[in-house]
Amino acid sequence: MPLNRSKKKTPMPTQKPEVRRRNFNEVALGYSEEEAVSEAQRCLQCKKPGCVEGCPVQVQIPQFIKRIAERDFEGAIKIIKETNSLPAICGRVCPQETQCEKNCVLGKVGEPVAIGRLERFAADWERAKGIHPPVIPKKLGKKVAIIGSGPAGLACAGDLAKLGYDVTIFEALHKPGGVLVYGIPEFRLPKIIVEQEVEFIQQLGVEIKTNMVMGKVLTIDDLFEMGYEAVFIGTGAGLPKFMGIPGENYLDVYSANEFLTRINLMKAYSFPNTDTPIKVGKKVAVIGGGNVAMDAARSAIRMGADEVHIVYRRSEEEMPARKEEFENAKEEGIIFDFLTNPVRIIGNENGWVKGIECIRMELGEPDASGRRRPVPIMGSEFIMDVETVVIAIGTGPNPLLTKPLKA
Amino acid sequence: MFKILEKRELAPSIKLFVIEAPLVAKKARPGQFVILRIKEGGERIPLTIADYNSENGTVTIVFQEVGKTTQELGTLEAGDYIQDFVGPLGVPVEFPNHKKVLGIGGGLGIAPLYPKLKMLHQQGVEVVSIIGARTAELLILEEEIKAVSDRMYVCTDDGSKGRHGFVTVVLKELLEQGEKFDEIIIIGPPILMKIGSEITKPYGIPTMVSLNPIMVDGTGMCGGCRVTVDGEIKFACVDGPAFDGHKVDFDELIKRLATYKEEEKISLERFNEAHECKLINKIEGADKDAVK
Repeated sequence: MPLNRSKKKTPMPTQKPEVRRRNFNEVALGYSEEEAVSEAQRCLQCKKPGCVEGCPVQVQIPQFIKRIAERDFEGAIKIIKETNSLPAICGRVCPQETQCEKNCVLGKVGEPVAIGRLERFAADWERAKGIHPPVIPKKLGKKVAIIGSGPAGLACAGDLAKLGYDVTIFEALHKPGGVLVYGIPEFRLPKIIVEQEVEFIQQLGVEIKTNMVMGKVLTIDDLFEMGYEAVFIGTGAGLPKFMGIPGENYLDVYSANEFLTRINLMKAYSFPNTDTPIKVGKKVAVIGGGNVAMDAARSAIRMGADEVHIVYRRSEEEMPARKEEFENAKEEGIIFDFLTNPVRIIGNENGWVKGIECIRMELGEPDASGRRRPVPIMGSEFIMDVETVVIAIGTGPNPLLTKPLKA
Repeated sequence: MFKILEKRELAPSIKLFVIEAPLVAKKARPGQFVILRIKEGGERIPLTIADYNSENGTVTIVFQEVGKTTQELGTLEAGDYIQDFVGPLGVPVEFPNHKKVLGIGGGLGIAPLYPKLKMLHQQGVEVVSIIGARTAELLILEEEIKAVSDRMYVCTDDGSKGRHGFVTVVLKELLEQGEKFDEIIIIGPPILMKIGSEITKPYGIPTMVSLNPIMVDGTGMCGGCRVTVDGEIKFACVDGPAFDGHKVDFDELIKRLATYKEEEKISLERFNEAHECKLINKIEGADKDAVK
């Protein structure tokens, strides 16, 4: 088997920035068979692979990559699915640079093997051929309830089903997937792929009940009474944080959760073909520097905004967003205002946003998070004219499930 | 899917559905609401639980046809299904140790007022009610409210039934006459809840309102329904929808409710056009049948 000695990852074709900035289609187009084989040939097949240790579910990475290099794509996806029931999703949205690819030995001298892209390739290849229904294991006759159908709940459900448990997932929204359906936009993770991976989990025998707001419709006690012997809580961190600055309740100020839920889950980008509206002004400011901020900014451009700013209080270096997302956002024309912090939102007499007052920041000593703490520069206030503000400064756990327990 | 068991027209454009939803019915308490979505591509809208029967597994909702989704909902009949129906959401209301309560319902607000008065009545609390509407034919649930009230006043803006004027006229009179209440509940259009709360404030009587901001998920994950209560941001879907009327920033609520005015109009116009086309096709089809 020939070894590809390139120091760089085989590039993956993408939609051109000037085209993709106005549509919600997937940006990254995926490897062809030739590209996948060529990338797979970069893998050194380490005897003690660091990549596997870096993978939260220990996918047998060198083994599946070897199959791809040998053009045995079916063999490759089989190996992946032994430990990961959601490869098309994970291959797309896992932060590989801090997981499997971080430990790749090639990363020490150049770019690591593009493990995520190869996993995605194998999953997409299988989907194109028609996914094999999984082998249903022998039932143990024991029931497990899973609260929340996000990545954690789905992964847990898949693994328990493979062990023979009767698994029921309880989901609050009308569609399963959690952040995969309401948070991550179509252009990063097409919803049809989420649907198909969820279907695969269902084929394993997992039952998914939607419209089940736990703590309201049913309590954890109810679940035990219904005969579930164990409960897995995978309810995520869906409570939006606001900044606590004046003007946050003006019209057209959104939490990123609301903005993205309207667009992704409710498909407001198709309004009025769908019924959920959204308001995106010509000039938009997104506050924050994480992946959610990138998703919101890139969604705003696609909704037709002329100018989208990311307003972040630290510098590029401290930004928690994935490098790839940052690069994609820049290519699509998002403007980055680093070391800038909003102090108030300004509205007109009817309550509509007309601007945000910001203050420039400089970096001081490292704080508890280890990052240098932003400090305001007195007297540097200025006004940015915007019509829409999206707040993406993080989320916390939603107390809905635990509240009734305390009461 | 959730089956519509019964449909009643309470007034022109105001309809009542009894929905088969056993799990919602089992946990429902006065003050709570549901979120529904008619079909794929539809939006999620909140509606108050107007009544429930845990034994039969049914939940009653009352809605007014004010826009696309409520109009489309109004075209459904008993036996039809609603795709998604989730609840009970929000915090149930409680009235421990109350002896006498005044309930005020304006327009569609009479529907969410009903389960609260019904509970109070069952608890043996003395219930006085004032219900009002623009005109006599828009007055809903009169018999139901009467059945759970010790005394009831009816008002219409145009004087076509009961007292001529707003419900606040009677409220003012009762307070001026020195009548005492442990709590006053006001539910209706935001402007009514605002004015009503202003009237009760000098008397120091606790005043409960039920807010109706725009909602998406109804589970506290988006903050679209945020309101300012006592200077703090609250999410009406998880902290409410009932709040202390003396502490709510009603002007902000009223402004925020207008966010999607233009979009709501576009959506409704499109629906009406499509609906008219369907009707015309039906009529033309009928004509052709007649010719045959």
